Amino acid sequence: MLLLSKDLKFAHPGQKILQFPNIQLNANDSLLVLGKSGSGKSTLLNLIAGLLSPLSGDIQIDGVSISKLSGHALDLFRGKNIGIVFQKPHLISALNVRQNLELAHFFSKEKGQDLDGLLEELGIKQKAKASVLTLSEGEAQRVSIARALANSPKLILADEPTSSLDDAHAEKVIQLLQAQARKIGAALIIVTHDQRVKNQISNFIEVASS
Amino acid sequence: MNLFKISWKYLTFQPLSTGLNVFLLALGLAIITVLLLVQDQFEKKMSQDAAGVDLVVGAKGSPLQLILSSVYHIDFPTGNIKMDEAQRLSRNRLVKNVVPLAMGDNFQGYRILGTNHDYLELYQAEFTEGKAWEFPFEVVLGSEVARAMGLKIGDEFAGSHGISQGSHDHDAHNFVVSGILKPKGNVLDRLVLTSIESVWYTHDEESADSNDPEEAEERSEEEGSANLDEPSPVLAESDSHERFHHSVAKKGFPVSDQAREVTALLVQFRNPMAAIQLPRMINSGTNMQAASPSFEISRLFEMLGVGISLLQGIAVILIIVAGLGIFIALYNSLKERKYDLAILRTLGASRFQLVMLVFLEGILLTSLGAVLGILLGHSFLALLVSQGDQMIVASIQPWIFLQQELWILVYALVVGVFASLIPAWSAYQTSIAKQLTKA
Repeated sequence: MLLLSKDLKFAHPGQKILQFPNIQLNANDSLLVLGKSGSGKSTLLNLIAGLLSPLSGDIQIDGVSISKLSGHALDLFRGKNIGIVFQKPHLISALNVRQNLELAHFFSKEKGQDLDGLLEELGIKQKAKASVLTLSEGEAQRVSIARALANSPKLILADEPTSSLDDAHAEKVIQLLQAQARKIGAALIIVTHDQRVKNQISNFIEVASS
Repeated sequence: MNLFKISWKYLTFQPLSTGLNVFLLALGLAIITVLLLVQDQFEKKMSQDAAGVDLVVGAKGSPLQLILSSVYHIDFPTGNIKMDEAQRLSRNRLVKNVVPLAMGDNFQGYRILGTNHDYLELYQAEFTEGKAWEFPFEVVLGSEVARAMGLKIGDEFAGSHGISQGSHDHDAHNFVVSGILKPKGNVLDRLVLTSIESVWYTHDEESADSNDPEEAEERSEEEGSANLDEPSPVLAESDSHERFHHSVAKKGFPVSDQAREVTALLVQFRNPMAAIQLPRMINSGTNMQAASPSFEISRLFEMLGVGISLLQGIAVILIIVAGLGIFIALYNSLKERKYDLAILRTLGASRFQLVMLVFLEGILLTSLGAVLGILLGHSFLALLVSQGDQMIVASIQPWIFLQQELWILVYALVVGVFASLIPAWSAYQTSIAKQLTKA
């Protein structure tokens, strides 16, 4: 069991308590988290990534209870074991493409994947030295996926990765995520309300605000 | 990839804002560097050149002018004093030693100073080659004079009248180089030293040779030059040449059968009582005036003090403005970069690393400013020195690095740390989840 979440509850300040369904996920599994806007999908993702700490309940990743980690230990654990793809690429614009990927290696203190090979697989090798400001939206998204994969994480979290892409690109991105997750033996969780994604991954849970 | 490289990339990502802040800081620190260098070297030079001189006695006038002309050889002399009066003073029981000085000529702008061997001893002069003067018209060159004019032992040259360049030449009798001094970094480097007799005889020759009364009158009216042209009896040719082969006085005053004059006296006290009694005695009891180098120089620094404080004020304001500029630049860029910081956190960066990132940026900026400022200060001084033909400025060495300059680096780092404090705190406080979901 790679990911195990039990009785997760969370409350944003001044709002009612959110309750999340339990998750059990094995390596190489894919899971969709569906739900309406504002239902707390992204909150669940943040909880799993250890960016928020839950009100109650427990999350275990590869046998480590992340709510028991704190401070730099949690930061490092996240850097080593979790790769996050955001809705928007959000690359560091002061750095070039390759340097953006090097960041992941530096902060997680992991050697990680061979970056040039990774860039090649994602079809952006020729852009390695380019400023991230010169990338197209699709390219930027691929760089952000590459950054999430750079450390060969055990768990890949993607937050609405397709919402700003057209049909062709959206399909490619999902396939890419799945293929890469399988290749490194990682579990994949995609938060989305995108119908196009549902066609490709059948396993899902639904977050509903009660 | 490391923190240092990341902050550097962020800095160079905004070259204009970074450049402006670095430049502002550098300007402020450059002014401080120049002040430090000038103050240090001036004071050192001033006290070095006045070492061993307790009192300067010369013609009545401005005491500061007397000190500047007779000790530092920068201003014009106040005039001449009678030698018999000077000799009377030298016999006073409060006086340990007197070094007479005779001025009035120059060689290509370098002053020719008539004195005795005590003067060389006073400054502990050493010779690179040759020896001190023994006969009239033998001269000893300061190291810089010898270098600039390319003169060697045995070379001859003619002096010109007056103490600044451009007057007519005394071509009746040439000076002969008998010795060259080692460079000591003091006033001797820029002087041509000779016997008092040489200075006298130069002017005797002039008045003997020129029978044109108009020219003589013109000369005596020349502004600012201590004219030693004494109307002396015209000497017979043989007589005048014979005396050139008598050796000159090496101690005390030269012997003369005529009423002679000297320009100033450097006096050493026998005991501390002299400091109280001698100046009063000289100033009220004789036609001469006495001035104390240390007192006059501290008065000079007091007068310059206003200007120095003003410059220091400007430098401090520039540094504060630069500090504010760096603070605002960091703070603004941090607002834009909160998302970046959140991303770095998701990649495994700790809060501490983000704080270090902000501090590093501030410190990098200010260290750059400091290094640039110090270089700018030295270059500016070098430019000033190469342009300045006034002796005292020209003798400053712009590429000496002082220990205090390390303090400039420290100041700069402190400015950098202070400017980064608030931005770093706000980086520390950044909540990743909030930033990421805000998008």
